[in-house]
Amino acid sequence: MSSDLFRPTSIERLGEMLATASGDGRTVGIRGAGSKETWGAAGVEPDVVLSTRGLDRIVEHAAGDLVITVEAGVALAEVQRTVGSAGQWLALDPPEPGATVGGVIATAATGPRRLRFGTPRDLLIGITVVLADGTVARSGGKVVKNVAGYDLGKLFTGSFGTLGVIAECTFRLHPRPPALRVVTTSTDDPSAALQAVTKTGAEPTAAEWDGSTLTTVFESIESAAEQQADWVVGAIGGDAGSALPPGFGARPWEGMAVGLKLTHRIGAMCEALAVLARALPDAVVRAHVGSGVVLAGVDPGALAALESLRSSIAGLGGQVVVACAPDDVKRDVDVWGPVRGLAVMRRLKEQFDPDGLMCPGRFVVTP
Amino acid sequence: MTALAELTADCRARLKPSQVITEPAELRTYECDGLSSYRSTPGVVVLAESTDDIAYVVGRCAALGVPFVARGSGTGLSGGALPRTDGVLIVTSRLNRIVHLAPDDERAVVEPGVINANLTSAAAPHGYYYAPDPSSQQVCSIGGNVAENSGGAHCLKYGFTAHHVTGLEVVMPDGSTEQFGGMAPDPVGYDVVGAVVGSEGTLGVVTEVTVRLLRTPQSVQTVLAAFRTIEAAGDAVSAIIAAGVLPAAIELMDALAIEAAEAAVHPNYPAGAGAVLIVELDGPSCEVVAQLADVERLCLSAQAFDIRIADGEAERGLIWKGRKSAFAAVGRISPDYIVQDGVIPRTALAEVLQAIDDVAAEAGLRVANVFHAGDGNLHPLVLFDESQGETERAEAVSNRIIELCLEHGGSITGEHGVGHDKVVHMGKMFSPVDLDVMQLVRCAFDPAGISNPGKVFPTPRLCGERPGRRSGAHPLQQAGVADVF
Repeated sequence: MSSDLFRPTSIERLGEMLATASGDGRTVGIRGAGSKETWGAAGVEPDVVLSTRGLDRIVEHAAGDLVITVEAGVALAEVQRTVGSAGQWLALDPPEPGATVGGVIATAATGPRRLRFGTPRDLLIGITVVLADGTVARSGGKVVKNVAGYDLGKLFTGSFGTLGVIAECTFRLHPRPPALRVVTTSTDDPSAALQAVTKTGAEPTAAEWDGSTLTTVFESIESAAEQQADWVVGAIGGDAGSALPPGFGARPWEGMAVGLKLTHRIGAMCEALAVLARALPDAVVRAHVGSGVVLAGVDPGALAALESLRSSIAGLGGQVVVACAPDDVKRDVDVWGPVRGLAVMRRLKEQFDPDGLMCPGRFVVTP
Repeated sequence: MTALAELTADCRARLKPSQVITEPAELRTYECDGLSSYRSTPGVVVLAESTDDIAYVVGRCAALGVPFVARGSGTGLSGGALPRTDGVLIVTSRLNRIVHLAPDDERAVVEPGVINANLTSAAAPHGYYYAPDPSSQQVCSIGGNVAENSGGAHCLKYGFTAHHVTGLEVVMPDGSTEQFGGMAPDPVGYDVVGAVVGSEGTLGVVTEVTVRLLRTPQSVQTVLAAFRTIEAAGDAVSAIIAAGVLPAAIELMDALAIEAAEAAVHPNYPAGAGAVLIVELDGPSCEVVAQLADVERLCLSAQAFDIRIADGEAERGLIWKGRKSAFAAVGRISPDYIVQDGVIPRTALAEVLQAIDDVAAEAGLRVANVFHAGDGNLHPLVLFDESQGETERAEAVSNRIIELCLEHGGSITGEHGVGHDKVVHMGKMFSPVDLDVMQLVRCAFDPAGISNPGKVFPTPRLCGERPGRRSGAHPLQQAGVADVF
């Protein structure tokens, strides 16, 4: 890359750098660990690349309040190590190795435990952002319950850096349950199987289907995790154990060129899987059962079927996004697909980044 | 003809006579919301019966430059639905249909006037419920909950309204109608739903809401623990959290709040209690049984002198009745009172309660404490007698409590909203720059500033073009085939 690299070590310095860059009309790309560089639209090569890795402080872990404040360049794994020593965790489990907190929020990356704990927007309680012109602003706070002012954290979550830089985040933490029980059940209808599981009263923290096997996960106190696993085996069969199966939570597109993310009405999972199997019979699938999300790894040639897949999935209330792909592949397709409420989003972009300097082209949509 | 008169005439021509209120006596019904210390007679009231009605009225407001305020059931406690004499009050109560109940999708689509508790009643036969449960849930509307990002006792485990809304239809301040999100998760683009929830009616009028439904938990257990002192009860809360138990709710009431509840609804809390703790556990029975034992043990270690476990729905209901009626019950023991809503980090509880005591003692007033102890959301009730000239002192105590929350790193509001009442505190919690940046959102939605103006922000931002040069246009954008963000 021929772009200049900025690596500020404080939020103040970050603001100064952006003020200077925007004053010169230079476009800015943002990079954390680089674990999701292939996500989003290809974008235009920016004049300046801003690395958040110098923003690496864990500002405060208030263990008694189950809250942590960290700068954006801190790795999610480091957050987990820090709070893990207090028997806590930040209930986000996207699998990308080395991913920074800023990158996870900017891409709204999730893993299988979203079934119980939700997505990054649900756990982010405060944020400090830096706009293109260097303005540093804060919203939310460091208490979980807080409705004062607009929640900029929600807007910046999943914005792919196009509204500004995420500089610091405050999260709600959860107690780390002491016991883990896992049931793996062979099934070709994971949706019906999960329905049968929840009818027993069991509350899995995650449910993932890899194309043939449903993995239901229970994290609780020992006796309750054990009991719920027993209920599941009784209801849908399978094997109970105390370890996650290999590949649990991994992206199905690892080692493949293209990743797709399909969403659907939760009740339409069966149809969504059938649509996918018809359109792309060779797709490698992992589904967050019960959350309405199916991930798939495919070859670039499969993208010929993208628009027909999109129209079928739209009938199930969902959308299809090209989650990741090489730039040359992405330049030939509409990565994001149709967007509801686009006119308003365009106005938001104009307000936060009127000159279009931040991560240009990462979020490209056809009107 | 004034703009307001013209708007009123337009509404009369378009809507049924019963939908447009201009009679002064009738208008007074709407002069305040649940915070009755602020009153203002609306210029005109429109009782909307459809999204089209609202789009029409808002469109006319935009054309004529008339401000509008949306109102649901009017139970808000921050003056968020306080009307304007120069504007129109759009009441959404008649939009009360559950449009679509989809238990298989774990969603419901509702109009904004649907009463919170009615949604759970409708979902219950299917084994589902709607989680956010503000104390006013028997009367408050989902639209109002969306505006305020309402919480409730059970948000400790299940989160607030923002966590349970997946889609919105909004009449924008220019009169257009927009859809955001929907039944499926992770809608593509910016999280506009997340920005609108909790915006207190300043970004438009919500006309349809898609919400998450949760499966009714297998088991629910409610524990009432009585302590001699509020400090001991606070210790029990810390011990429960430290043990890794995440109850659905942990509520704390002090002696004065207990006295009020007893006088009003006779929940029969243990006599001689300086504080009671209500802990509710829910989930799979095996988990609840084990956690119940933990909670009992931890309460006893913290010197609880009486522990009751609700036997059946009736007992559970009575325990909750005492808590949920606490605000109104205070009227039994004091002629006047102010309900405050502030948040502190839970670990600062003992220190802040002591400070509140000191402030109250100095002012010669009593403060009853009712709060969501699990998440540090305090609801101190400042008791006073207006006829004795105590109003100013009570307001000073109430304001001082908010400052205490901020000094301990908390928030000026946990669930009641900023509304009209707390505009003055916003500048203490956020810098002018923070507030300006937040208002970029306002400028994107409502550049003319006609949607519930004067609420939330102390100083409106002027939404103008900022100078600057454009650069780095994406090839697709240059070709005119795509929008580039």
